[in-house]
Amino acid sequence: MSEKQPKGITRRSFIVNGTVATAGLAASSLFVPPKFAIGAQAKVKVGILLPYTGTYAKLGTNIRDAMMLRFAEAGNMLGGRPIEFVDIDSEAKPAKAQQLTEKLIKKEKVDFLVGPVHSVVGMAMVKMARGDGPITVIPNAGADQLTGELCAPNVFRTSFSSYQMGYPGGPAMLEDGHKRVVLMYWNYGFGKQVAAAFKKSFEPAGGTIVKEIPTPFPEVDFQAYLTELAALKPDAVYTFYAGGGAVKFVKDYAAAGLKDSIKLYGAGFLTEGLGAAQGDAAEGVRTILHYADSLENPANQRFRAAFQKSTGNSADVYAVQGYDAGELILRGMNAVKGDTGARTEMIRAMETAEIDSPRGHLSFSASHNPIHDIYLREVIKGENQVIRVAAKDQDDPAEGCKM
Amino acid sequence: MNMELSFYLVQLLNAVQYGFLLFLVASGLTLLFGIMGVINLAHGSFYMLGAYLAYWLSGVTGSLWLGILLGLPIAMAVGYLVERIAISFLYQRDHLYQVLLTFALILIFNELQQILWGTDVHGVAIPEILAGSIQLTENQTYPVYRLFISAACIAIACGMYWVIQKTRLGMMIRAGASNREMVQALGIDVNRLFAIVFSLGVALAGFAGMLAAPVDSVYPGMGENVLIISFVVVVIGGTGSIKGAFVGAMLIGLASTFGKVLVPEMASIIVYALMAVILLRRPQGLFGKAS
Repeated sequence: MSEKQPKGITRRSFIVNGTVATAGLAASSLFVPPKFAIGAQAKVKVGILLPYTGTYAKLGTNIRDAMMLRFAEAGNMLGGRPIEFVDIDSEAKPAKAQQLTEKLIKKEKVDFLVGPVHSVVGMAMVKMARGDGPITVIPNAGADQLTGELCAPNVFRTSFSSYQMGYPGGPAMLEDGHKRVVLMYWNYGFGKQVAAAFKKSFEPAGGTIVKEIPTPFPEVDFQAYLTELAALKPDAVYTFYAGGGAVKFVKDYAAAGLKDSIKLYGAGFLTEGLGAAQGDAAEGVRTILHYADSLENPANQRFRAAFQKSTGNSADVYAVQGYDAGELILRGMNAVKGDTGARTEMIRAMETAEIDSPRGHLSFSASHNPIHDIYLREVIKGENQVIRVAAKDQDDPAEGCKM
Repeated sequence: MNMELSFYLVQLLNAVQYGFLLFLVASGLTLLFGIMGVINLAHGSFYMLGAYLAYWLSGVTGSLWLGILLGLPIAMAVGYLVERIAISFLYQRDHLYQVLLTFALILIFNELQQILWGTDVHGVAIPEILAGSIQLTENQTYPVYRLFISAACIAIACGMYWVIQKTRLGMMIRAGASNREMVQALGIDVNRLFAIVFSLGVALAGFAGMLAAPVDSVYPGMGENVLIISFVVVVIGGTGSIKGAFVGAMLIGLASTFGKVLVPEMASIIVYALMAVILLRRPQGLFGKAS
């Protein structure tokens, strides 16, 4: 169960990687890294711990495919060395996280660790990897702690922190003229952090939280809460729901007839990648996120076309995060010309990286969390269209980080 | 907290509606356990199967009704196959074997679902004729489709009662449940009977998934969420009792809905607390037979 055969694109890219790498080496000896002692044949081991089954399967697959795409664009070479992937299905199960991470670190002795999607899996993973472990790049998990109290020189994140999913929401809603707001969110770590960050910006700026309605996670029966919301009559509601829960919430919200009287806002996952499932119910819903499919910068257009071509699927925010994880590893390895022993140099190159990401400009904070623009989007004709930049270069306070 | 009467009436409607949906899912589970003694952990997977069939077939045919019409025989056929290939070998075995087998079925169905339909989250459109809503309060409406689900559940409940109490098949089912050997000795093909009952149970779960698909979303792993609450309903009502499943579902609907509104801090545990209290008073459940 724990070790699945990578499916589809990966099985193919496995073979392709192999052949390309060997062909590359045979053709040219220019790629031999000067600082590398053992010889040009040694591969860089990239361990991947992402979910390919269960609720988060699509996220895991898109992250991996996009990262592979970035590597493929660079000739499947990291600082002149070929790559070997050790790809494990995390199943997004916290109970298995420690064992699987241990396997990648101790048994496989990977040079890089990429994962996970699920925050609780992320906590277990980072606790083991931080310090002497492999250079770790988190391509999704959003728990504040990962670049907060658990921050470490060898741990990077290319996605977002919960804080960045809540804080920019406050000013954005005030600017839209909504002063009395109800907060609704799944009552677990991530939801609570998003809500807390929202309050931090919303209340001091003059907004009123009429009521906080935490709903049991991962329950998707919202009817009772929607009736309560209707009775409270706030100007608007700010939410955190994702995946199947988000589809259900948006549809129930529209069916309850609340869309016109109480404007619906939320962290981007409320509508991200769910257009087909939500249909008309999502029209007019506003969300904040560090990405939108329709962003018009050249990097995004190039990336979306390449991802579509290599996988047959449309890119989404998760794919962008995976693509940037690949880019970040490339930056590190190229800076030290493949010498994984030059750790300090590599980390310095990664933390100072300025990336022209499909999301826009991406850099990293002192705690290795992304600094990026947060967009306010509205679903218009089934697409998340950017209304304006809600927060320029949004940082994260990295509470508890001693680095 | 808004103390208006209308607020509570709407919540009551929510509670009853949720209860009906729970009954629809749980009735198949209790049928299988009460009559065949099978603990079917894969019940949620059959619910998921139904939802995906509704998504797939309504997409192909352009109509949810046609989707359900085509989907039901498929669900029954899957149930029949699963019973013949796997479950039928375990009737004489300990419940633990059934738990293991049906747990394996969950994994297999999840994998099949990914292979067949991928990992996207899908939605199913509400049929045009039921797409409207009724104005309840000044700013809240109630979708007609949800009322339709309730009506369908009542119809199913009546239908099940009729089949089990009034028909020859029902008589055989009841007899087979209470004394399998005697029924066999009387010349009734119990194996065939159980295969039929299992397919019916699967079809019920699948039907619930199909009906719920337009108001729910269709996504990988959706069955697991349904499975636990279904077991709570069955345990409260008394395993094997259809009447118990109905009352249990209504109680859970009420407790869950009003719990969320009146004691929000307890929202996630209230149904389990209710189950604990009931089991302390009546370990066999409300309508279960004491053993």
